[in-house]
Amino acid sequence: MNSTLTTRLRSWFSRFDMYTVALPLLATLAALLIGAVMLLLLGADPIVAYQALWEGAFGNSNAVAETIVKATPLLLVGIGITIAFRGNVINIGGEGQMIVGALLATWLGLTYTDWPGWVMIPAAMVMGFAGGAIWGGVPGILKAYFNVNEILSTIMMNAIAVQLMNFLLRGPMIDPAQAEVASQIPQTARLEDLYHLPRLVPTRLHMGAAIAIALAILVYILLWRTTLGYRIRAVGQNPDASKYAGINVKRSIVISLLLSGAFAGLAGAIQVYGLNYRMITDGSASGFTGSAGFNGIVAALFGQLHPIGTIPASFLFGAMLVGANKLQRVVQVPSALITVLNGLVVIFVVSSEIIRRRRQRTAEIARIVEEKPPDPDPPEAEIEPEVST
Amino acid sequence: MIADLFTAQVIIGILASGIRLATPYLYASIGETFGQRSGVLNLGVEGQMLLGAFGAFFVTLTTGNLWLGLLAAVIIGLVMGLLMAFISVTLQAQQGISGIGVYLFGLGLSDLLFQKLVGTVETVSGFRPVHIPFLSDIPVLGEIFFSQNLMVYGAFALVPIAWFVLNKTTLGLKIRAVGENPQAADSLGVSVNRVRYFTVTLGGILASIAGASLSIALLNVFQQNMTSGLGFIAVALVYFGAWRPLGVLAGALLFSLVNALQLWIQVLSIPIPPDFAVMMPYVLTIVALVLTVSRVRPPSALTKVYERGE
Repeated sequence: MNSTLTTRLRSWFSRFDMYTVALPLLATLAALLIGAVMLLLLGADPIVAYQALWEGAFGNSNAVAETIVKATPLLLVGIGITIAFRGNVINIGGEGQMIVGALLATWLGLTYTDWPGWVMIPAAMVMGFAGGAIWGGVPGILKAYFNVNEILSTIMMNAIAVQLMNFLLRGPMIDPAQAEVASQIPQTARLEDLYHLPRLVPTRLHMGAAIAIALAILVYILLWRTTLGYRIRAVGQNPDASKYAGINVKRSIVISLLLSGAFAGLAGAIQVYGLNYRMITDGSASGFTGSAGFNGIVAALFGQLHPIGTIPASFLFGAMLVGANKLQRVVQVPSALITVLNGLVVIFVVSSEIIRRRRQRTAEIARIVEEKPPDPDPPEAEIEPEVST
Repeated sequence: MIADLFTAQVIIGILASGIRLATPYLYASIGETFGQRSGVLNLGVEGQMLLGAFGAFFVTLTTGNLWLGLLAAVIIGLVMGLLMAFISVTLQAQQGISGIGVYLFGLGLSDLLFQKLVGTVETVSGFRPVHIPFLSDIPVLGEIFFSQNLMVYGAFALVPIAWFVLNKTTLGLKIRAVGENPQAADSLGVSVNRVRYFTVTLGGILASIAGASLSIALLNVFQQNMTSGLGFIAVALVYFGAWRPLGVLAGALLFSLVNALQLWIQVLSIPIPPDFAVMMPYVLTIVALVLTVSRVRPPSALTKVYERGE
């Protein structure tokens, strides 16, 4: 092993905090334990139930493929969430951003039916990205320039997107076949076969998963290896200091929410082009998204707001969602149990932050104790020149 | 067709339903106002509402007693409020995100229990309209305001009570002090954590009652995810109403009247897509937030964790 590699590895390990991995795993374990108690109360054997969950998610190649299919939108929404949360903006608008991205992408595919597939598929992905960017960018602009709380505006944008979807899927964009029957399921026509995202193996597993993983790596590079990413994180950690350092804080806020929305929009487009080949809902947001806009937040938090960490996290939650169906069949406990567990994981992960903070403070106190008393006549601090961009 | 909307009977109908539909918003938003005035954002209202709605519905269904149903909602709200307070005050978790956790927990648990314990669509006979003597005989106004059920009256009574408590009592002063400047309040002997536990728990109880108002007073059924975002709107209404009970009332009425209008448009099968009517209050809320934000300042310590001795 050459010396540069060892130094690199060593520095990587020194940055590696045991708590980063241990805390989310403990949180999941705690959630599963509470789940076990609930299963007992509902008259089901927790061991049988969790075995069914495991088999449902990983039992055969089909199950694994379904798990990855379910994990894909979680990962895409999740990496968007890491950008927003790292930039200290909270994006609750994943559902709406997915919907608008999917609407734009579906519109493109249904309007231009004579494009070759290799043109349409990337174009549709770009439309999805753009749709989500618009739906995330508006709350970003409202926060940066009008000081409107982004939690509220993203929630409002979700509700607006749902109505927009219901209007379009029942009206202008409705499947002509549905328009003729009385039931009128809100869905669009089916996309041309040429426009379907290629499948990877003979299951429902489609290329979206590979796109999502590649983008997770790209987002990691963006956040930690580019100036833009550095600015987003700097603003997230200390907006005032960033401002003095010459970073355009307002622009950074807009960009982080816009990018965050864009990845959710792409997730929406991929749901249409990779899975259903049409946009369909039951009139609610989750009827189209399957709550991926919320569950993506869970995955991102579990992945410690790190794009790479979000990959296994999404896989885990995808597995829980898929396995839940088998669990329901085997022990007759509704799959809603998994939503409960997801909620508990979020609660435990955010609550366990206090342990990390306490540790940091203890370390600081220890340093104060070890250090000599401060110099009563410190030299004048150098004033850093202001950098303008 | 559209002319049907402008008959006296329909307009009275819209206004009366508007008053009725304001009920869940009012309970939840007034509760949230207390929490936010003390500096805690509870984004889990939706989950607390769903659990309250289910609890009240289930107990009413099995015992046939509405008051026991309401009591169940209060107890559930108490537990869920204490949970939220424990997470956000004692464990100092980031408030926006922990609320999402509480939301998912309530969404899943209410659905799970409903499927396991009830399973099919059942209805209960909820609170019946109570005609207030004399007042309900006033033409038009009597029908709109004074022929509602008890939970509707309760919601509207809550507005002046909340205003009085927040502005005219020592407790209200403490709540506002803790939300504006917890350090100063603490140094004057106000227990920041105790005040916040109180307001967040109260908010949980009222959110749960808001859910109950749907399941045993307005709709008299329970469905999976029956609140469909109402709890999130209730949080937004607190911002919309600039943290004042009267402002919250105005916002609640805006949402409920537009919803009532939209329902009547469907009832009369007027060919206007209802989606845009439903969309309007959300757009208006965003516009209102943009317009008021520069003039109205949120409680200074909102969403900020307080730790002694820092």
